[in-house]
Amino acid sequence: MIANGRGEVASPTIPIDQIWSALAEVPDPEMPFVNLVELGIVREVEWLGGTLQVTITPTFAACPAYEVMGSNIEGRLHKLGIGNVKVLIRHHPTWTSEWITDVARAKLKTAGLAPPPHHSGNLIQVLLDPVACPHCGSTNTSLRNGFGTTPCRMIYTCNDCKEPFEQFKPL
Amino acid sequence: MKRAKPLSDYLVALADDELILGHRDSEWTGHAPILEEDIAFANFALDEIGHARLWYELAADELGADRSRFPDQQVYFRPAPDWRCLQLVELPKGDWAFSMLRQYLFDSFEKFRLEGLVASSNKPMADVAARIRNEELYHQRHTQAWVPRLGQGTDESHRRMQAALDELWPYAQALSAPLPGELELIGVVPKSSELFEKWKDEVTKFLSKSSLEIPITTTRVDVDRAVHSEYFPALIADLQEVAQADPQAQW
Repeated sequence: MIANGRGEVASPTIPIDQIWSALAEVPDPEMPFVNLVELGIVREVEWLGGTLQVTITPTFAACPAYEVMGSNIEGRLHKLGIGNVKVLIRHHPTWTSEWITDVARAKLKTAGLAPPPHHSGNLIQVLLDPVACPHCGSTNTSLRNGFGTTPCRMIYTCNDCKEPFEQFKPL
Repeated sequence: MKRAKPLSDYLVALADDELILGHRDSEWTGHAPILEEDIAFANFALDEIGHARLWYELAADELGADRSRFPDQQVYFRPAPDWRCLQLVELPKGDWAFSMLRQYLFDSFEKFRLEGLVASSNKPMADVAARIRNEELYHQRHTQAWVPRLGQGTDESHRRMQAALDELWPYAQALSAPLPGELELIGVVPKSSELFEKWKDEVTKFLSKSSLEIPITTTRVDVDRAVHSEYFPALIADLQEVAQADPQAQW
């Protein structure tokens, strides 16, 4: 067993970095242009005897996609040759949109989804700030609905380019 | 006599409120007056049921039960008299004004309770409360936008909101009563009676600004969570029918 400096203990046969790379190929079921690692959903990878335990934290408590995420993670790791995979759902610490990487934020924007603003804990304040349109960049936008097609999104319209768009909710 | 399991009783009551409110919210799916509100109420429902699951899972930990099975056992296989939800959340969905106002009243109270629980010495409970509190901000923003809009909108929207408040207000008084187990958990969980005073102060001001008049409460509603409304057995029958048709089914 080899400790890799990230707090995880690696199997001697498959380097831990290779496992993380494989996990970074598992797309989000609802937003396939971003992966589960860069969204901050995959939290830890740890060998427990002969079983690889992957800890995930769902974005919203009621996110209906996490079971699919778990089976997709298992499938990807089986392909890597890891037979025994256990996906653990952990709600604490609470997932926050601050865990979404800058790379993922750029991908969200390219796909037409406004990324969540950084809020460093002050959610109430950030909900009052204007949201930039991911298409034209204008901040002359209007909230159409505080809820959207998934628990983690809400709907806006851009008053300049007139396009509707969704924002990934700050949480 | 000291209760055997005050903490799990308390957690199950919290979960029951969320689950039943979520169930009532879900009844708007496909029926809300506009598409945006169909989506909003479906999201309320999903969130509340998700929050219920978190509380049931903590109760399972406390009882040494299997947390992956406990929520379904409680929701689909528990007889109606064993539930500990408020009658406030049991009431039929009514018109859209009624459901919106109920959501506002309940979520406003829950905000104060979650603030208290976030500060709890019971770490797992404080963690769950922190998670729920952030998500609930989106509910509060939504209901706080609609309550004044409807209260000060057309004659019809005002009339419907005032009628909703007249009916809901007596039921909301039961929020002041301690939850099961609460009195044994002093210092660990906030006191409902104290939360109620803060809540009452806030909502009274807000409703007044929304041109709604607080009714003089005359109807007495039972504050005992073991006593359910006449609507509850039918709700539970509806909720449990499919699961009980084949308890061994794999979903």
